[in-house]
Amino acid sequence: MFKLAKTIAALTLVMGAGTVAAQNLLVFEGIGREATVNEVTAWDIDVRPDFKGLPKGSGSVEDGMHIWDAQCLSCHGAFGESAEVFGPLVGGTTIEDQESGRVASLTNPAQPQRSTLMKVATVSTLYDYIYRAMPWNAPRSLTPDDTYAVLAYMLNLGDIVPEDFVLSDQNIAQVQERMPNRYGMTTDHGMWTVDGKPDVVNTACMSNCIQEVVITSSLPDFARNAHDNLAEQDRTFGPYRGIDSTKPPLAALPGVNYQPVVAMAETVGPSAKQLFTSNNCAACHAAASAMVGPSIKQVADKYKEKPESLAMLEEKVKKGAVGTWGQIPMPSHPQLSNDDISVMVKWMVTGS
Amino acid sequence: MTVSKLSQKIGRIKRAPENFLPADFRSDVTKDGLTEARRGFLQKSFLGAMGAAVAAGVGNRAMAQAGPDDPAIITRQDWQTTLGKPVAVKPYGTPSTYEKYLQRRESPGLTRVSASSVAFSPLQGFFGIITPSGLHFERHHQGWYDIDPNQHRLMINGMVKKPLVFTMDDLMRLPSVSRIHFIECGANTGMEWGNVAVPTVQYTHGMLSCCEFTGVPLSMLLEMAGADLKNGKFVLAEGNDGSGMTRTIPMEMALDDVLVVWGMNGEMLRPENGYPLRLVVPGVQGVSWVKWLRRIEVGDKPWATKDEAAHYIDMMPDGLHRQYSSIQECKSVITTPSGGQQLLTTGFYNVSGLAWSGRGKIERVDVSVDGGKNWNTARLESPVLDKSLTRFNIDWLWDGKPAILQSRAIDSTGYVQPPNRMLREKRGTRSIYHNNAIQSWKVGENGELSNVQVG
Repeated sequence: MFKLAKTIAALTLVMGAGTVAAQNLLVFEGIGREATVNEVTAWDIDVRPDFKGLPKGSGSVEDGMHIWDAQCLSCHGAFGESAEVFGPLVGGTTIEDQESGRVASLTNPAQPQRSTLMKVATVSTLYDYIYRAMPWNAPRSLTPDDTYAVLAYMLNLGDIVPEDFVLSDQNIAQVQERMPNRYGMTTDHGMWTVDGKPDVVNTACMSNCIQEVVITSSLPDFARNAHDNLAEQDRTFGPYRGIDSTKPPLAALPGVNYQPVVAMAETVGPSAKQLFTSNNCAACHAAASAMVGPSIKQVADKYKEKPESLAMLEEKVKKGAVGTWGQIPMPSHPQLSNDDISVMVKWMVTGS
Repeated sequence: MTVSKLSQKIGRIKRAPENFLPADFRSDVTKDGLTEARRGFLQKSFLGAMGAAVAAGVGNRAMAQAGPDDPAIITRQDWQTTLGKPVAVKPYGTPSTYEKYLQRRESPGLTRVSASSVAFSPLQGFFGIITPSGLHFERHHQGWYDIDPNQHRLMINGMVKKPLVFTMDDLMRLPSVSRIHFIECGANTGMEWGNVAVPTVQYTHGMLSCCEFTGVPLSMLLEMAGADLKNGKFVLAEGNDGSGMTRTIPMEMALDDVLVVWGMNGEMLRPENGYPLRLVVPGVQGVSWVKWLRRIEVGDKPWATKDEAAHYIDMMPDGLHRQYSSIQECKSVITTPSGGQQLLTTGFYNVSGLAWSGRGKIERVDVSVDGGKNWNTARLESPVLDKSLTRFNIDWLWDGKPAILQSRAIDSTGYVQPPNRMLREKRGTRSIYHNNAIQSWKVGENGELSNVQVG
């Protein structure tokens, strides 16, 4: 496809519709323009692990605490430990981890949660994300100094910087050297590129592949209905039904007539006018002029002062009628529900 | 019973003796499908098989005999006797009300905030390989917006000769391509690394969709900006939502088959899927398919953004995390019948499922009904495309005995989808991401299917 683009561009040039741009760029005449410096500055806010892109600025742990308590605490907890809304940010790291650069608790099965500080290797990641996306409901509202302050406070909660610390673009590289899991990442795997080497090698055995099939894990009974009634998450026809997970499993094969109880298909929802149109009432009843039947206005004029007549009109729609407006009969409408008829008749007569 | 009568009744055979078809016939059917000549052979075989069954005293019928009159035929229905609805009642059409059971759903308890959550696709109800746009799975990191396309811009900057800005007008004037690709979240099936956790294929595998996407190759835009292909080894893709979603993509991949798209299944992208512009990174986990795409930056080093430094990293047993793990390796799952579904009777079933690989095409899918002891090769339905879902089907005569259904895909690199055990031996049980293990569905004697793992 790359080639095709080139070809088309070349064709454009041959046809004289374009001009050759400086520096031999691929050009589609009239498409795209150069970005201004201000535009690039406005959007290019990313910060890399080598701190390329990091803005100048600074913020203290103390200032960070004030911002934290006002804007971060509700989701992340007073100490960054909360798992109520998101995963915990702080916890599970030690001073020894800061020395070794590997978080020991990651291999401890007793460690209940993996906090952000346990995982993240690069402090730039935290700056970048807080600045670009926090707080959750008001992203991009923090200044660079605010961001330094919040990050300083978070690092202090993780005992990575002291209480009187002021984090800045000048000392953040030293903080990187204290990140507890800074040596905890590897790219030595085959899953970053399409031609990478897989880490497991299975073979396609076809017969007598295993001696005995052992079920090692099944859905616990308490989880049977934890995703609501599965009968209402599958079609009510076809080769299968969803199981009625509100009840215990069936004792035996149910047979072809089995139908678990599910909520009925929806029948309510559209407005009176939509019902009127979709049920073809408008084919005979126009807004103001008589067609096959009386107009909506004629019906309204005749009955709007007589609310007691609504029930009679509903009956006529249901069963059909003739004579009031001429000799062309109004057919019966047995397929319409009483609720729909009621909604439409009221709309015709009262306009609402 | 004559063969001609049987031909009307095929598909309702009960309890045919196992393996009554010769092996060479089975392999021919597998290879070429059920041709008319083979159909005739099948009918004769079923006749013979039933003769044997009757002789043995089993006495099962091929199908229900003509019973009492069916009211669905005898009674006149409303839709036969009254006027139907006119055109354009629904200017944008919607599915039948009877289809309301198939919806995107959240997994209760998985996340605490719906704006940073997942809605799973109902794979149990899909046919073929294309995911209906309204049922494409959802994953947002900071909620979704319906962005005004006239206010949307795409910037290309960084190590380029000329940083560029494109409007949607600009992009949609360019020569476009349309390609079908699967998208799978890296955490799909992540809840099952340690043990069985969820009941149905919607929740085990439903962070998976496949659509036809229309847009322009990223390589074209990079060439327009004069990207430094010598030193620019990576690109950063950035979204226009509150999370400013960012992911690093190797330049080699960016120049290969990555697309900047606006079209999905013949119409514009849905807002939940990145309207009006998203990145398509074939074979790579969904998080890299940045939605509401606003910026591509060329750089010489990866960025280690939040979603490639704190999340979407795969923890190994030694505590190391694999960073920039991206490729979705070869995987398959039987979607019908599957966990949480109920078989009503014994007899014939079409076992159907999906297979895909982030490294190429699907070469073959094998299916086992005995928990992996023995396997038979399924039929692959066309089209079989690069980094796309592939639909497979295989015939199954269920005899009413307990069974365990599994599928095992092989891709064009020769990679064979592994069992749980193999992945765990390498990666432990706490990885969350990139679980492409063989899925097992247990069939009970009561016809109920449930999610199990086998040793």
